[in-house]
Amino acid sequence: MAYYQNIFTQVQVRADAPHPGVPVPGMKRTSWATFSHLLGRIGNAQIGPIYLGYLGTLSLVFGFIAFEIIGLNMWASVNWDPVQFVRQLPWLALEPPKPQYGIKIFPPLSEGGWWLFAGFFLTSSVLLWWWRMYRRARALGLGTHTAWAFLSAIWLYLVLGFIRPLLMGSWSEAVPFGIFPHLDWTAAFSIRYGNLFYNPFHMLSIAFLYGSALLFAMHGATILAVGRFGGEREIEQIIDRGTASERAALFWRWTMGFNATMESIHRWAWWFAVLCPLSGGIGILLTGTVVDNWYLWGVLHGIAPEYPHVFAPVVDPALTTGGAP
Amino acid sequence: MRLAFSLLGIVVATLLTVAMLFTPGWVRPPIISTQTGYRGTGQEQLISAQNKRILEAANALPAPIDKASPSGERATSAYKNVKVLTDLSTDEFNRLMVAITQWVSPDQGCAYCHTDDLADDGIYTKIVARRMIAMTRDINKEWTSHVGDVGVTCYTCHRGQPVPKNVWYENPGARHAGGMAAHNYGFGHPSTSNGTTALPVDPFTPHLLGDDNIRVVGKTALPTTQGASIQQTEQSYALMMHMSQALGVNCTFCHNSRAFLDWSQSAPQRTAAWNGLQMMREVNAVYLETLKSLYPANRLGPLGDSPKANCGTCHQGVSKPLYGQSLLKDFPELGGKAAR
Repeated sequence: MAYYQNIFTQVQVRADAPHPGVPVPGMKRTSWATFSHLLGRIGNAQIGPIYLGYLGTLSLVFGFIAFEIIGLNMWASVNWDPVQFVRQLPWLALEPPKPQYGIKIFPPLSEGGWWLFAGFFLTSSVLLWWWRMYRRARALGLGTHTAWAFLSAIWLYLVLGFIRPLLMGSWSEAVPFGIFPHLDWTAAFSIRYGNLFYNPFHMLSIAFLYGSALLFAMHGATILAVGRFGGEREIEQIIDRGTASERAALFWRWTMGFNATMESIHRWAWWFAVLCPLSGGIGILLTGTVVDNWYLWGVLHGIAPEYPHVFAPVVDPALTTGGAP
Repeated sequence: MRLAFSLLGIVVATLLTVAMLFTPGWVRPPIISTQTGYRGTGQEQLISAQNKRILEAANALPAPIDKASPSGERATSAYKNVKVLTDLSTDEFNRLMVAITQWVSPDQGCAYCHTDDLADDGIYTKIVARRMIAMTRDINKEWTSHVGDVGVTCYTCHRGQPVPKNVWYENPGARHAGGMAAHNYGFGHPSTSNGTTALPVDPFTPHLLGDDNIRVVGKTALPTTQGASIQQTEQSYALMMHMSQALGVNCTFCHNSRAFLDWSQSAPQRTAAWNGLQMMREVNAVYLETLKSLYPANRLGPLGDSPKANCGTCHQGVSKPLYGQSLLKDFPELGGKAAR
């Protein structure tokens, strides 16, 4: 019998006919389902049945509208030139309004109005998708952990594009749409507010980000490593912990004296993942609103060590010569 | 099937690798790293051995010209219509003319500026050249805070070309659709002026012609007044990217990147750079933009402005133009401390 004994999936498990799923009382669903060999190489080979519903449909429609507003404005920014659109695509932007428009709801379309529309439709789309996720979990009788984890990411997104700009009184504080533009914005944001690395919530967010990666690697490796004892077969593991689970636990006790349980490892993973955008969002929310320069804040609170000076003393020449800085 | 997928994967991976290797921005090792600041602050400069060789060759000094005596017949009595170089001897004057031809118009010769009547101001390039000589002397005398004793000569910028390689014009950005389409204030287009980022394409007009505030970082730990916007920050950022590229250095050549604003943690070069920015504003406003009416249309920018200077005009990829070799000390005719 073939087992998952390799770091790459070696076997595909598939039924003779697509499985329609567990019976759910009082629910109609599409019965369409098929198999895909290619997708079976990275996951379950069965595709469908899919449940779109009115929330999913609306979410896709709103998402498409946002995508079109962003894409068409980007294309317009190269004068509808298809070649330049493709060449410059990673750089192309849809910028938020200029500072003078404050939090005006309808600035001119050419000066940030489209950014607000795109933001509205994208936010609607994301929130509808969140609601759909919540309802699908409920329909299956599941807990709503996935929806709350997703909400953590939505929190960070809303802080960046909506809540913080509102508190700052200016849409211009928000993130532009675009691949490089949003990255350049991030670098400029950190510089403007005196280095985000000295923001404790940014530190926490990084710790949870790297922690998530570490936990993911540890958990993934552990389960694959006990695959030869059937460790990946959750059904059997639920009924009987079996040798795979015992070996996995003993491995970590041998290694570091402590092991998570079959249940708690997923709680660890969930909290690390959720806390990453949650603490990050708090850090962003405090930036500019209550702290203007994180480096100077760090100096004030003793977290920015002083380095020995190796250069001759440098003084701001604007103070002595009176030139424009 | 399985074999076909594997082969396809290998082919795709190989093609992507080859494509990446020949994408601009890849630099051939070895990379030479020089630490400049305290350990752990990342204050170090990087250059590839290959680029170093190329830059050293490009920054060799031109062939020397025999010195001339500052005494003897005055240029003003030998020539008519001498307006700037009034303090030179005829020998010095002639020597400088030979040098300028070598530095600026080696292929075009004297006729690039002069007609048969040497006193004639008929060709616009002569008036521009006169203005540029005045500018060079002004820089060497008044801007030692930036150029030091090394000074500048025509060659610092021209390098054998009538128009220096690195000049800039006001840049309204590439053509974009009008009407209600977002115009993004010049953001979102890669260009040499913004270091191939999505930052604004023209950081020069506000900062090197105008004197828009470059300092955008919050000055106090807690907010006091309305500070700079993110878009203004990106404008400054684009200018800094230009400075970095023009000098072939990274941010930490001047700054301690943990606190860009803080002068006490900065390298002394930052003071020179600050004076350079002040100098650029004066040079552009006083000497270059004012020549606009003289130039033929093909020398003007898309908005009809004259070619102007930025850090790259002199520096051309190295932190000290011509690697700090002073051509001025051999040409006291161009003023500065080395002059009489």
